[in-house]
Amino acid sequence: MQSPYFASVDDVEQRLSAVGYLPDHAIATTVFLADRLGKPLLIEGPAGVGKTELAKAVASAVGAELIRLQCYEGLDEARALYEWNYKKQLLRIQAASDDAAWDDIHDDVFAEEFLLSRPLLTAIRRTEPTVLLIDETDKADVEVEGLLLEVLSDFQVTIPELGTITAVRRPLVFLTSNATRELSEALKRRCLYLHLDYPDAAREKAIVLSRVPEVAERLADQLVQTVRALRAMELKKSPSLAESIDWAHTLLALGLDTLDEQAVKDTLGVVLKHASDQARATTQLKLN
Amino acid sequence: MAPAGLLGREIAFFEALRGAGVPVALSEVLDATRAMGAVDLLDRESLRTAFAATAVKRPNHRAVFDRLFDLWWPAVTGEPTRAQDLAEREPDEQAPSDEPADAGQLRDALRDLLLSGDEEALRRFTREVVGSLGRADAAPGRQNWFSYRVLRALSPETLMASLLERLLEGQQRGGLAERVARQTLTERIRQFQEMVEAEIRRRLAEDRGVEQVSRTAVQPLTEQVDFLRASRADMLELRRQVFPLARRLATRLTARRRLGRSGRLDFRRTVRASLGTGGVPLVTHHRPHKPHKPELTVLCDVSGSVAGFAHFTLMLAYALREQFSKVRAFAFIDTTDEVTRFFTPGGDVADALATMSAEADLVWFDGHSDYGHSLEEFATRYPDAVGPRTSLLILGDARNNYRATGIGALRQLVQRSRHAYWLNPEPVAYWSSGDSAVAQYAEVIEMVEVRNAVQLEDFVQRLLPQ
Repeated sequence: MQSPYFASVDDVEQRLSAVGYLPDHAIATTVFLADRLGKPLLIEGPAGVGKTELAKAVASAVGAELIRLQCYEGLDEARALYEWNYKKQLLRIQAASDDAAWDDIHDDVFAEEFLLSRPLLTAIRRTEPTVLLIDETDKADVEVEGLLLEVLSDFQVTIPELGTITAVRRPLVFLTSNATRELSEALKRRCLYLHLDYPDAAREKAIVLSRVPEVAERLADQLVQTVRALRAMELKKSPSLAESIDWAHTLLALGLDTLDEQAVKDTLGVVLKHASDQARATTQLKLN
Repeated sequence: MAPAGLLGREIAFFEALRGAGVPVALSEVLDATRAMGAVDLLDRESLRTAFAATAVKRPNHRAVFDRLFDLWWPAVTGEPTRAQDLAEREPDEQAPSDEPADAGQLRDALRDLLLSGDEEALRRFTREVVGSLGRADAAPGRQNWFSYRVLRALSPETLMASLLERLLEGQQRGGLAERVARQTLTERIRQFQEMVEAEIRRRLAEDRGVEQVSRTAVQPLTEQVDFLRASRADMLELRRQVFPLARRLATRLTARRRLGRSGRLDFRRTVRASLGTGGVPLVTHHRPHKPHKPELTVLCDVSGSVAGFAHFTLMLAYALREQFSKVRAFAFIDTTDEVTRFFTPGGDVADALATMSAEADLVWFDGHSDYGHSLEEFATRYPDAVGPRTSLLILGDARNNYRATGIGALRQLVQRSRHAYWLNPEPVAYWSSGDSAVAQYAEVIEMVEVRNAVQLEDFVQRLLPQ
C-alpha cells in the first residue's frame, strides 16, 4: 500500500488553501477520506461551483500531474483507454521482408510500440504521483460507465493482446458531474460522493476576496449578499460562484466601489444569463 | 443480534437510513466503517461528512440523512447543564441570570443573535429555550415536547420589522439593500426554526427511543410528495425542480433515440471513412434518424383544488417544448380559454402562470369546476386544437360537482386525437367516490394516476416517441 498524500484533515485544508482553493470542512474531510481509503471521489453539483477546480487544486497541492479525461457524447474506448496504432501496424507488416515468419510479425504488431495510450491507461501506468480527473462524466454515454468500473474499482486495465495492466501507483481519481442524468448505481457505489453546493456567505466572500484581491471588503460583502438574494429567487439558472467572481472583476474594471441599484442594473448581465431571469430579478429587486 | 457499542450504533443508524428510503449497500457500510477509523471521532462534523461521503450518493437524500444523523449522533445529551454551557461561552458573553427569563427578554436575546448571525451561539440559545419553553408534562415521569410552543412564544417572524430597522440603520428603505437584508434575515429565521425542530426531535428521542422518532421524523422526498397535499414550500421546491427534471428527461430521450435504429446510409461519410482503411468500407455511417415529434395539447383544470398539479405539469410541458412540434395549452374552471399566449418562448413560466390566473377568461357561471361545460366549450370554440397528430392531455380530478359530464364531446375529442390521456392527481382509491365522474370518463379515455413528480416523469417518458 502506498503512503497517503495527506496527513490529516487540517493538512488538506492548509495545503489546498496554499494553492488558492479555500475548502470548507466537509470538502477537506472528503478529500482526505478519498486519499486514505484509496477510492475515487465523485463530485456533483451545479455548474460553476468549483468541481473541476478542486481536482486541479489537489493536483497542485500534492505536486502530482493532472491527467484529464473530458467526457462527451460518443466518447469511446479508443479515446478513453487505448487504441492500436493501425497505420503503424500496417506499415510494419508491409515493411517486413517476404521471408519473415508470419507468427513473428503477428506477435510483433501487438507490442507496446504500437499502443496508443489514452488518459485512463496513461494514469494507471504512471509511476509518479498522478491525479486523474474524469470531467463531466454525465455527458458520456452509459457504456463508458461500464468501462470505468474496472479502472475505478481495481485500478487495472485489461488489454486482450497484452494482458492485464495493474496500477503501480494508484492515482487519486476525481469524477465530476452536473447531474444531467443519474449515474449508475454500480459506479456510485465504487466512489465516495461529495455534493458541492453554493458556498455559505462567509466562505463565498473569502473566495471572492482571494480570487479578486483588489476588491474592497465592503463591496465583496454587498456582492455576496446580493448574489444570495438572487439565488433565493425562482430562476432558470441561479448565479454560481464563477459568476460572483466575474461580477467582482466587472465591478473592479468599471471602477465601482459600491453595489447600489444602478450598478446592479448595469451589470446584471454578468450574473444572469437568461433574459427572463434578468427581467424577474429587475422587478423583484425593484431596480427600475 | 447486532453488536453493541459504536459499531452496533453505526449499523442501527444505517438500518434506519434504509428504512427512510435511502439505499445503503453493504459495501457502502464497509466503506463507512473504514472511514470512521480514518477521521477524528470526537469531531462530530467529520463523522457526518464521512458517513455522507460513503453512504449518501444523491443530493435529495441528504436532508433525510442530516435529520437522522442529528437523532442518532446528537451533539449533546440530556439537559444542557449550566456549567457546561458557561464553559462553552466566550468570556465577553453575558452569563445567564438564574431566574427563568420571560418571553420578552428571550425575544430580545433572539433578536441580537439573529442580527449577529453567530450560528454556535444561536444553537446554544435554542437548546436553552427548548428546555424552558417546549416542555409539557404528559404524565408523571413522562414529558412531551412541542416546537409550536417555542415558536409561538418567540414568534421569530414578527421580529422581522425591528431586525430590518437595526440592520439597515438609516439606509433608504424599500430598495435593493432592504431586499437583500430581508433575504439574509429570512434565511436565519428559517435556520432557527429548523434548529428548534431538530432540538425537539432530540429531546423526544431521549424520551421515547431513537427508533420510534426516526420513523416519524422523516418526510417524503420532494418528488414523492402528493400534488394534492403539497404545502406551499413543497410546491416551491417542486417548481425549482422543473428545469432539472426537464433536462434529465430530454437527455434520456435523446439517448434513447440515438440508440434506436439509425436512418439511411450516409454515402459521403462512409466513403470518406473508408480512405483510412485503404478504400475498404469497414464501417458504414448512417444519417441520424429523424424523430417524429408529436403535437401536444394540454387542457387543464386550474380550479383551487388541483391548481398546484396543473401548474407543475404546464411548467414541465413548456420546459420540454423542444420535444414537441407544437404545444398548445388550455385552462378551464367552468369554461375554457386558450392560455398558450401567456407562455412566450424564453419568458418566465412562473410569471406566465400568474398572468394566466389573472387575465384568462375561465369563469362562466359560478367558479366551481364544471367539466361538462368546459369540454363542450373547448370542442366548439377550438375545433382545430385536436387533430390526427395531436396528443391530448386532460389534467384534473374529474370532480364535477354533480354536473353534466359532457361525455359526448370528450368521446369525439378522443376519437379525433392520436393519443388521449387523462392525468388524475387523486389516488386511485378515491376515484369514483363522491362527486368524482371518473367512472364515466374512464370509459372513453385512458385515465392515469399521477400523484407526484415521479409518476409524472414516468408518464412523460411513455408519451414521447421512441
